Amino acid sequence: MPEQLFQFLVTGITIGSLYALVGLGFALIYNASDVVNFAQGEFVMLGAMTAIALLNAGLPLLVAAVIATLLTVGVGLLLERFAIEPAAGASVVTTIIITIGAAIFLRGVALLLWGKDFHSLKPFSGDAPIQIGGATVLPQSLWVLGVTVVLVALVRAFFNRTLLGKALLACAFNRTAAQAVGINVKVMLRLAYGLSAGLGALAGILIAPITFSSYEAGVMLGLKGFSAAIVGGIGNPMGAVAGGVLLGVLEALGAGLVSSGYKDAIAFLFVLMVLFFEPTGLFGHKASERV
Amino acid sequence: MTALPPRASSLPLLAVTGLEQSFGGVMALAGVSFQVAEGLIYAVIGPNGAGKTTLFNALCGFYQPSAGSIRFADRELLGLPPYRIAARGVARTFQNLQLFFNMTVIENVMVGCHLRAKTHLFAAALRLPGIRRQEHQLRAWAMEALELCELADRAGQPASALPYGLMKRVEIARALAAKPRLLLLDEPAAGLNDTETLALRDLIARIRDSGVTVLLVEHHMPLVMGVSDRLLVLDYGSVLAEGTPADIQNDARVVAAYLGGAVSYAV
Repeated sequence: MPEQLFQFLVTGITIGSLYALVGLGFALIYNASDVVNFAQGEFVMLGAMTAIALLNAGLPLLVAAVIATLLTVGVGLLLERFAIEPAAGASVVTTIIITIGAAIFLRGVALLLWGKDFHSLKPFSGDAPIQIGGATVLPQSLWVLGVTVVLVALVRAFFNRTLLGKALLACAFNRTAAQAVGINVKVMLRLAYGLSAGLGALAGILIAPITFSSYEAGVMLGLKGFSAAIVGGIGNPMGAVAGGVLLGVLEALGAGLVSSGYKDAIAFLFVLMVLFFEPTGLFGHKASERV
Repeated sequence: MTALPPRASSLPLLAVTGLEQSFGGVMALAGVSFQVAEGLIYAVIGPNGAGKTTLFNALCGFYQPSAGSIRFADRELLGLPPYRIAARGVARTFQNLQLFFNMTVIENVMVGCHLRAKTHLFAAALRLPGIRRQEHQLRAWAMEALELCELADRAGQPASALPYGLMKRVEIARALAAKPRLLLLDEPAAGLNDTETLALRDLIARIRDSGVTVLLVEHHMPLVMGVSDRLLVLDYGSVLAEGTPADIQNDARVVAAYLGGAVSYAV
């Protein structure tokens, strides 16, 4: 039994890392503009599908991954420039609805390009399972964990240590004051969309060997990432990471101990409970201080 | 208080001509003109609704005036977005505090260094040692501004934990961190007690002496009269008078419109 629990934990942390990366993307854009970007899941899907297509076209994995990430960043920037920026004066709700529209559009494009079939990426370093303390770990899980840790550390350092990160936080908190100290809010918004798209794409590429990908793979991942951001306290990047891992572990435990059919239900039930008892999220004290 | 002799500089640092700003049918600024010489403390006073804050927002690019010109260091500011105006060397504080409450005191001021660091920002951001060096430099600049504002011992505290009077100082420190040529202070004494107001007066004088020209909107008359080199009096969006504190205090129209405490305060 303890071994089994350990196995669920490993599975949960792997999938939770992905939710964390997607949640991080939500937090970045929310921070820069108070907008929840519902096209975040589509960034994940685009990253995965583009990487698969490039790999099938004969490119080596690393090159395909880099190009797919850059292309998705490009899509994120285009989305900001041609869908979000023209609506600069609009309310937050209007902008959120625009992102829902953009998500549907991106799914449609993916459907036209790649059809309805499921596509898979071959694991980065084989699929011979590794035994760790009685649990079976796929090498791909280690990739997911490793890259997530590195990305989270980079994002954290970006916000804590660099002026650009501080400028982004400043825009999040007070756009008027940010402009008065010479920050170009428009550029910061583009930066947020670009970074979010990049994080989403990397998440998609990492998970593609484990879960398969299709034109609508982003819907559920987007929802889970959004849930991770809410659980962690939306607008708190490290909260989103913790929320993602927590969500993944709960899901895996639920699937293993109760029934795998209930795994999504368990995750969303947890989100509802969090919203009931801690509406600003588990780590959301910062968010509650917003004036 | 005797009048200061005008400074030698031939061109004024700030020259505002015929500035107009309307909101619907209300003319908030109805053709305001004035000039500020470099190195002075220049106060803008007037009753509530006279257009003082509107003037500040127009100077900073938050409003787009319908007519007039704002020349700063002999270049036009009118039509530039706020962040470009800040980049030209105009910093400001706000009447109602606009701090980044999600950060510590020193982080607030470090964000203020944004403009100074911008040139090597992207180059430095790509290398780890560069980031470290940049952070060092930013901290040093920020501490300098905090020391001038006597806030050095509060550097690590969350901005939201400070008493109101100190929060206002953090805003001033953040504005100074950008090394501006012109600092706009919008009612810095509002909400301060007498001791804090006295300390503020010293601080404003120190800022001027450090070479920064100060444009001050303030209602606290003892502070304004005590610290300013020149004053502009606005009423209903127009210039009522301009001159040294002594001139203004003896101006019959100003006394009637604004300073005449007998009418407006003795209820």
